[in-house]
Amino acid sequence: MSLVLLIEQVLNGLQSGVMLFLMAAGLTLVFGVMGLINLAHGSLYMVGAFAAAATAAATGSFLLALIASLAAAAAAGAVIELAVIRRLYNRDHLDQVLATFALILIFSEGTRWLFGSFPLFLDVPSYLSGAVTLPFGIQYPLYRLTIIGVGLAVAVALFLLVSRTRLGIRIRAGESDREMIAALGVDISRLYTVVFALGAALAGLAGAMVGAIQSVQVGMGEPVLILAFVVIVIGGIGSIKGALVGSLLVGLTDTLGGFLLPQAFGLFMDASSATSIGSALASMLIYILMAGVLIFRPSGLFGRA
Amino acid sequence: MSRETSLNSVIGLGLLLVPLWAYWADEPFIITLSTKVAILALAGVGLNIALGLGGLVSFGHAAFFGIGGYAMGILAAHAQTYVPLMEWPFLIDGTKSMPIIWLVAMVVSALVAVLIGALSLRTSGVYFIMITLAFAQMLYYFAISWPAYGGEDGLSIYLRNSFPGLNTLVPIQFFGICYALLMIVIAFSARLARSPFGLALAAARQNEERVETVGMRPYNLRLAAFVISAAITGLAGALYADLNRFVSPTMFSWHMSGEIMVFIILGGVARLYGPVAGAALYIMLEHFLGPISEYWQIYLGALLLLVVLFARGGLIGTLAGREVAHD
Repeated sequence: MSLVLLIEQVLNGLQSGVMLFLMAAGLTLVFGVMGLINLAHGSLYMVGAFAAAATAAATGSFLLALIASLAAAAAAGAVIELAVIRRLYNRDHLDQVLATFALILIFSEGTRWLFGSFPLFLDVPSYLSGAVTLPFGIQYPLYRLTIIGVGLAVAVALFLLVSRTRLGIRIRAGESDREMIAALGVDISRLYTVVFALGAALAGLAGAMVGAIQSVQVGMGEPVLILAFVVIVIGGIGSIKGALVGSLLVGLTDTLGGFLLPQAFGLFMDASSATSIGSALASMLIYILMAGVLIFRPSGLFGRA
Repeated sequence: MSRETSLNSVIGLGLLLVPLWAYWADEPFIITLSTKVAILALAGVGLNIALGLGGLVSFGHAAFFGIGGYAMGILAAHAQTYVPLMEWPFLIDGTKSMPIIWLVAMVVSALVAVLIGALSLRTSGVYFIMITLAFAQMLYYFAISWPAYGGEDGLSIYLRNSFPGLNTLVPIQFFGICYALLMIVIAFSARLARSPFGLALAAARQNEERVETVGMRPYNLRLAAFVISAAITGLAGALYADLNRFVSPTMFSWHMSGEIMVFIILGGVARLYGPVAGAALYIMLEHFLGPISEYWQIYLGALLLLVVLFARGGLIGTLAGREVAHD
């Protein structure tokens, strides 16, 4: 095992971590502010990816595709918030889970109906394809590096938005006391729609960016949604800082586990069984991490007890 | 008799009469569909003990459904190939006997539920939903990446397992087994709800502090409910795998967890026959809407949305009134 390979895997872990952060940030914001668990967040990720793939196929511009993914996911988010989600804020979590599960069925089958069952492809644009040479002579795809950059930039922007702007003040106020800020004259239902659309846009962006390295297909959102749940449980619900730390932990654990465990088992058993046991265990690693965090901090690393 | 009790008898008898009619009319496919309803309803009755009675919104019951399925698949696969399951420290052979498979499915599901429940019940609310979902997903990925028992392709069993005195390959006889188990479990669940344990569990759902004040630990009550609930869902999983003579990681998928929960909601949360009504409605929708449109799940989604938003209490709640009957 060479150092170069290890650094490459760390970068891959970072890349999947920052994309997870885009998903987890929206989920955790929506939960923190509105107290809502939204399973359909994965569908918004899918909407973003499909909007990007369709736009890229029509115009050939990757930048337009990204803008389309943001716009389509935000619009879809705003529509479902106005039509369905706002009826769920005062319901118990069971109703929220079921209603958003129903939304997943509608989104998935609707997308299948519009685009068919075959995966679409979104190509990395020529100016972002190819590899760059990093220190130590590491060759790394430029596009994945761009993803890491975009993800970190969004994270910084989100921190600034929440801590420095008026919208951010309202979001934080909404988290701690929604009656009070309504009494102070803030239009709380519009605030909720904006927060929901913002979370949706982040999910859509993640879907589009990841869609260019994987295929764009129906059902692509749910595995990421469940990973984002693991992230939130680790980081603590409602905490954006927790979402960032949790995302990076999960991204790195998942990638490095899949890479290192089979090799570690290879030290004391034959290659084929080491690969099978190692990869089976690696697929469970993030859940073991989650269980470990729960034993010591039941409300997550940065959660309020 | 309250309205719900009479409705329950209609549902229970209906599920028995439809396949009997189908047997008379020589429509084996309807019998198979009814068997599927009975098995899925059984899974729902299991989940309802945690969800309806205990208020534990477990979004990971596919874990136990899948464990039940794999218990059947692994035991039957070893029996089919005459390779013992393990030889050391003592010899364990595979088996084709249903009662043994059921027992193994329930015990293994219960043991896994102790682990998952002990961790998940440290939290509540949304955390609990997400964690149970995540644990089920963990088993799903494990089943996919573990090559010994088919991995992603799953396991096929050539012959249905046997039950003493019956020919399980005859659809109506296999239906009889599943229906009898469903009725036994419903009766058990009705008794459980009225037992001191069930009352304490319901109290823990309604007011945790009071239960603590009278000296009981809600955590223990919930863990016990979660384990019982898992064992029943595991039994349903074993039957489901036997119905299809096939088991694959999809039995572990989050979609399965969602479906089991949907049966309960369509029928009515905490209603004794809710899962039966819900599973029957679900299978009928699939059967009648499926041929009309390939995208029938859009309608299912819309219906589910309407039920959650406007018809709380589900099918039984709408037909029998809001009051939950106690008999």
